[in-house]
Amino acid sequence: MSIATRGLQFREPLIFEVSSPGRTGHSLPASCVEASGDVALPAGLLRQDAPAWPEVSELEAVRHFVRLSQQNYGIDVGFFPLGSCTMKYNPKVNEDVARLPGFADLHPLAPTSWTQGALELYATLERYLAEITGFSAVSLQPAAGAHGEFTGLRLIREHLITTQGTPRAKVLVPDTAHGTNPATCKMNGYATVPIASADNGLVRPEDVAAVMSDDVAAIMITNPNTLGLFESQIKEIADIVHAGGGMVYCDGANMNALLGRGRPGDMGVDVMHLNLHKTFSTPHGGGGPGSGPVCVNDALEPYLPVPRVVRGADGAWTVDFDRPATIGRVKAFFGNFGMHVRAYTYIRELGREGLLDVSGMAVLNANYLRVKLGKTYNVVQDRVCMHEVVLNDKHQRRDAGVDTRDIAKAIIDQGFHPPTTFFPICVHNAIMIEPTETESKDTLDAFIEAMETIDRDARANPDGLRQAPLKPIVGRLDETRAVRQPVLRWSPKAG
Amino acid sequence: MADIRPDLRYTEDHEWARPDGDVVVIGITDFAQAQLGDIVMVELPRVGDRLNKGDTFGTVESPKSVSDLFAPVSGEVVEVNGALDDKPELVNSDCYGEGWIVKLRAGDAAELDALMDAGAYAKHVAEADH
Repeated sequence: MSIATRGLQFREPLIFEVSSPGRTGHSLPASCVEASGDVALPAGLLRQDAPAWPEVSELEAVRHFVRLSQQNYGIDVGFFPLGSCTMKYNPKVNEDVARLPGFADLHPLAPTSWTQGALELYATLERYLAEITGFSAVSLQPAAGAHGEFTGLRLIREHLITTQGTPRAKVLVPDTAHGTNPATCKMNGYATVPIASADNGLVRPEDVAAVMSDDVAAIMITNPNTLGLFESQIKEIADIVHAGGGMVYCDGANMNALLGRGRPGDMGVDVMHLNLHKTFSTPHGGGGPGSGPVCVNDALEPYLPVPRVVRGADGAWTVDFDRPATIGRVKAFFGNFGMHVRAYTYIRELGREGLLDVSGMAVLNANYLRVKLGKTYNVVQDRVCMHEVVLNDKHQRRDAGVDTRDIAKAIIDQGFHPPTTFFPICVHNAIMIEPTETESKDTLDAFIEAMETIDRDARANPDGLRQAPLKPIVGRLDETRAVRQPVLRWSPKAG
Repeated sequence: MADIRPDLRYTEDHEWARPDGDVVVIGITDFAQAQLGDIVMVELPRVGDRLNKGDTFGTVESPKSVSDLFAPVSGEVVEVNGALDDKPELVNSDCYGEGWIVKLRAGDAAELDALMDAGAYAKHVAEADH
């Protein structure tokens, strides 16, 4: 079989499969040290056989990885409407600034007298994020969104132990919250109490009141929620939880819709996290590590992770470990500092007016898709949405027997990354689309046309659509077998 | 059309319950297995676990989602269907038979009677399937 599929695309084997005994990609000089045979490792830790590394030339190794990189699909290749993931463009100026030697080559243990600029950027970014979200303090330490959630809920736990003598036992989680929230509760030793959203897709204060008790430590609410709707009664909900002695956690992964327009700190929220790799344009989805700063009000500030970057009386920046109530470290050194540099750059590039345009355009783009796609697809909550819109396969399933999975696969044949599917789970067969502010009307129109084409194809030839995708190098995968009989590791064929 | 058996009791979460001597056998309905698609894993409770009505006691996983299982009645787990560890697809092929999930020794017969009968469940399914 030829490896060429169409044009110069390649069906790339595993590098192990092209290995040829004795072929090599290096020529090391002879060792100048005589091997004594003594190795400072316990005998039990020494491997008995040589590892089965692939044996290839340098050119073969280069081609292998370059070809794989050409098969990658990222935001720099095309539209990536993955709902609640905010796959926005990452401006290249962020990369320029992060590569300045004063940031990129910095050793995390360098004395603070050498790192004043980096520390100032760190503390300034914390201040910017506090201002944007309406909180009094921020920790940049958490490594990603779920880590920020973990840290935030741990702060609540610590506060309740300190002020009430008990962490309490339960956390309320609406069915429109992000999927990581229940895991965060479990990791912090809490049981979750689900709250069903009302028919209009929002959490009702009376449903919160009905389950609020002395046992409830907090509510974890995602706002805007995963239906792309703003929880307009967030203040009433917060008042109910506070009156019961609990606290309010806001999952801030959807902050893109609120930038410059609303501050969770002003809405009764006690603590939230941000995803710098979503809202603040640092790389997302394999492009780099994440960063999940946690933003808190005065009550929770004493418990923030150490070290805190503070300015001394002499005006110099320093690190403060002397925080008796801290929950301790949650990440080595300062967190993913390279991401902090990128997010700082993004905020400085856009400024106040630019950030307002971000949220404005994000919401406008989502609503443009909602109205246009609503002509062929079922919009679950068909009224003005925030940064994302949730559709499902109701019409196509009813008329053509084609479901969300078929539609998502067919989007690949149309040259776009599929949206989030089957989430949120409170919607049957959801298709969750977040265009972000960085896409042009031309791109959105092309996507709308693709979705309309899929709808026509579904009605004309449903069996064909159920075979999609046909154009990529690899067609539809057997997802069931992949889970039931996963092959996670290459091993040499016997003989 | 979903297969709904006249001799079973049903919950809003699409589980069925059937009294069998002094225990209640529990599984998920044909409608539920069809909605979930290919079941790839069933997480089972331990024998001896005590459940209150509404408690989550396990999960059913398909390639598209993971769903909690809720106790339709209160009781103690007396047996779990260990065959599902190796053959979770039994839930797809025979959800009312070999694909049963747990057996509870129920304390309160009134809880079982309070569940939906086949007629009420058929109506519930008709409303849910949109």
